[in-house]
Amino acid sequence: MTPEELHQRRDKERAKRSTEEDHLLCCTAAGCLSCGSEDVLHSLRDAVKTTEANVRVSGTGCLGLCSKGPLVKRESDGAFFGGLSPESAAALVPGRADLVDRQTLAEHRIEPTTPFFALQQRIVLENAGRTDPERIEDYILADGYEALSKAVTEMTPEEVLSEVKKSGLRGRGGAGYPTALKWELVAKQAATTKYIVCNADEGDPGAFMDRSVLEGDPHRVLEGMALAGYAAGASQGYIYVRGEYALAVQRLEKAIRQAERERILGNRVLDSAFAFQVDIRVGAGAFVCGEETALLASIEGRRGEPRTRPPYPPERGLFGKPTLINNVETFANIPPIIRKGGDWFSSIGTERSKGTKVFAVAGKIVHTGLVEVPMGTSLRTIVQDICGGVPGGGKLKAVLTGGPSGGAIPESLLDLPVDYESLSKAGSMMGSGGLIVMDDETSMVDVARYFMEFCMDESCGKCIPCRAGTVQMHDILARISRREAEPSDLEMLAKLATLLKETSLCGLGQTAPNPVVSALRYFREEFDEKLVKHPLAENTSRTASERRE
Amino acid sequence: MSVKTLKIDGEMVTGRAGETLFNVAWDAGISLPRLCHVGGLSDVGACRLCVVEVEGQSKLAAACVTPVEEGMVVHTNTERLREHRRLLIELLFAEGNHVCSVCVSNGHCELQDLAVQLGVDHVRLRYQHPKRGVDATHARFGLDHNRCIFCTRCVRVCDEVEGAHTLDVSGRGASLKIICDLGEPWGQSETCTSCGKCVQVCPTGALYLDGASVGEMEKNRRFLQYIVTAREKREWIRKG
Amino acid sequence: MDSQGLKPRLATIWLGGCSGCHMSFLDMDERLIDLALRVDLCSSPLVDVKEFPNVDVTLVEGAVANEAHVHELEIVRARSRIVVAFGDCAVTGNVTAMRNAFGVEDVLTRAYRSTSAVVVGVPDGADGMVPRLLPRVRPLHELVKVDYFLQGCPPSADEIYTFLNELLEGRTPTIRRFG
Repeated sequence: MTPEELHQRRDKERAKRSTEEDHLLCCTAAGCLSCGSEDVLHSLRDAVKTTEANVRVSGTGCLGLCSKGPLVKRESDGAFFGGLSPESAAALVPGRADLVDRQTLAEHRIEPTTPFFALQQRIVLENAGRTDPERIEDYILADGYEALSKAVTEMTPEEVLSEVKKSGLRGRGGAGYPTALKWELVAKQAATTKYIVCNADEGDPGAFMDRSVLEGDPHRVLEGMALAGYAAGASQGYIYVRGEYALAVQRLEKAIRQAERERILGNRVLDSAFAFQVDIRVGAGAFVCGEETALLASIEGRRGEPRTRPPYPPERGLFGKPTLINNVETFANIPPIIRKGGDWFSSIGTERSKGTKVFAVAGKIVHTGLVEVPMGTSLRTIVQDICGGVPGGGKLKAVLTGGPSGGAIPESLLDLPVDYESLSKAGSMMGSGGLIVMDDETSMVDVARYFMEFCMDESCGKCIPCRAGTVQMHDILARISRREAEPSDLEMLAKLATLLKETSLCGLGQTAPNPVVSALRYFREEFDEKLVKHPLAENTSRTASERRE
Repeated sequence: MSVKTLKIDGEMVTGRAGETLFNVAWDAGISLPRLCHVGGLSDVGACRLCVVEVEGQSKLAAACVTPVEEGMVVHTNTERLREHRRLLIELLFAEGNHVCSVCVSNGHCELQDLAVQLGVDHVRLRYQHPKRGVDATHARFGLDHNRCIFCTRCVRVCDEVEGAHTLDVSGRGASLKIICDLGEPWGQSETCTSCGKCVQVCPTGALYLDGASVGEMEKNRRFLQYIVTAREKREWIRKG
Repeated sequence: MDSQGLKPRLATIWLGGCSGCHMSFLDMDERLIDLALRVDLCSSPLVDVKEFPNVDVTLVEGAVANEAHVHELEIVRARSRIVVAFGDCAVTGNVTAMRNAFGVEDVLTRAYRSTSAVVVGVPDGADGMVPRLLPRVRPLHELVKVDYFLQGCPPSADEIYTFLNELLEGRTPTIRRFG
């Protein structure tokens, strides 16, 4: 497909749409699917067949308000409808309002002006509620592959790189390394073979940001990777997807087939001299494979174990070649940056953290779901205003960000702006975007124990501190929780935390103590309260010599 | 070849570019504690005992996998490092079933020696007492999983020196296990050449010669030096 | 240690161990005489004293394996100025703790139910005659504060003598081995 054909295709699709009366988009991401959105989608399609109305019905990516699923968005007025049954959904089709009474439909209606939707700013998730993830035409209509077309026809790789640099984008996998710096490192390598790798091994408990992007907008990730390939001089990409994400794999496979068929990917990307193809590699359920060196080992067919760095992947990565590895959300940010310019992107967010961040909000919260906000938004805004706070009038106690590598942020610090620096200063981290809300009935000891158990189960076992240290930390936490631990155990817990942080081989072990350390920092009294003073710990009698005096 | 000058524990030392801190320190007479490193095998940086402080770096560096750099200032024996190392040794003792008194390697064990060297007189952590088992199916060697510390020296010597790759690691975390081929009993392995190199590089009594009794298993890994030297200097190739 | 002109009072006790450490103690041979001049051996499996007295130093052999051991250790700790974990079982659990991987029930079954030809009953503590086994054998320091650790299975007579000598001279004994 040439760039001209791409535009023709877009215009053709647009013309077709203009004749349609309405467009009903039913969320077909994992959350809504699990509460029956597939039946809703079928019901909508069936209902359309019974009317004369020219209405389009599509599946679409995650609409965000997962707790109200199955969700449908009506394009004509932007209204959302939640908690739909197949029967009530059918009434959304113009001319079929007779199927249920007006009142029923009104009860399902959620205004786009509600804070949940109104306070978000969507870049990564912009196509959720706009496109059908299974149709490349939908993506093209939403200016998809426009950035790639612009890059290969009008821009040099250096210009693409400089646009990313201007954007100030930082890695969305957790650590926040400047994306352009990484790209530059790969770009300046002399090797002829280089690789682009997309890390889609999302594994933090409660996190489903990347999953939603892959399921809801797979082409966007492919386009981001292709742009990276163009900038860095690589022609092969791999997406390493978590094995549990079957739907994401299925949609990615479809997207790759479509893009190859349209010659958007392949030997001549959009009729240019640039070649790029993408293959999928499916993980087998090891959390540690989200660590970049372990991930690369896994793609190579070896045991998924991290190795020491340097050399860093940009110098020696996959199969020993320079490798650019970014997270799903990072790649998903690239097409709009190239399309609208780095300056546009850097105007969003804070001084040092640009753009938006997607969070998966879970726990004791009214609106569980997916939220995208500009960097710098306060946690309070996300939790209270957007997600509606703790249900049933409970008292909010803490918010945990960064999953098993992050930490708890107490209610008193909720005005903290969400950016890389503020979160790490508060003893947590951005992480990939999991955000778990806890109310005052949650025991922080149990939370710390839960995450330590997770790390213990997921440690690859290569280095001693992580393999054996997580076991011991978990042992102590379990004993504290059972009220069997002494003050000296708490001291040992802190010692082990330092050991793991300072001596572990990879990020998993280095950050495994974070939930414990932050819980101790802000909720120390909950630990102290559970300690028992060992009656035998000290020699309470006078010394024998003293007695004889 | 470029030469790097650096300071280790106050001493000015030099090393070749690409050489590891561990080796440069070794040449300068500083022997860092280690359980996974063995000269002649690749380095994996798994045991973390050789961690050192490098001035200007917030993170500790495992000396066996850290290349020397010009102007580095390295401290190898601070109180913080000693405490970390003690705790690492305690973690190992608590993790497996290291009953020295009934072990073939008692008195000739690198783990035991390190415990003494680092001043570990008791283990402050809870012993885990895992149920692990012994593979005694091989005619000449035994593998007692209870004493394994997962340094992977055996895996590496089998792969890198013998070229058999009989041994490898399976599982993860606390259920890690050294396996033969695809998990068969050692005696049924079709790839094992029975060379015994794995036994000789094992730092503990996990791998032993069949028939060895308590304290009788003394290891000898000098073979590594001549094999690797021969390989690197190609002395076995007849010039002609 | 001998500030009142009285000899320091020494005790030894034997919990879950094999008595090997005490045998090694006796192996000090003629040095026992030297020791007897310098300390007062107040209580020991080798001495017939019913009530554990107040002492300066107690050498505790063996791990904590049953309920009686817990009780005894409690008394020892309360009445001793210095508690020494004497030998590997006391320091690490050692052989005594090798049953931990299997659990009490399996161990009792193996010893008394499945291998014994004549079943005379299982000493599971249910009859109140023998102390109940703890679910897990533990080293001393998991239960009480231990002041010194004397390793070895058993510690050799030389090691025991050197250790006691250092202690009597007011120095801190150093570790010579582990495990």
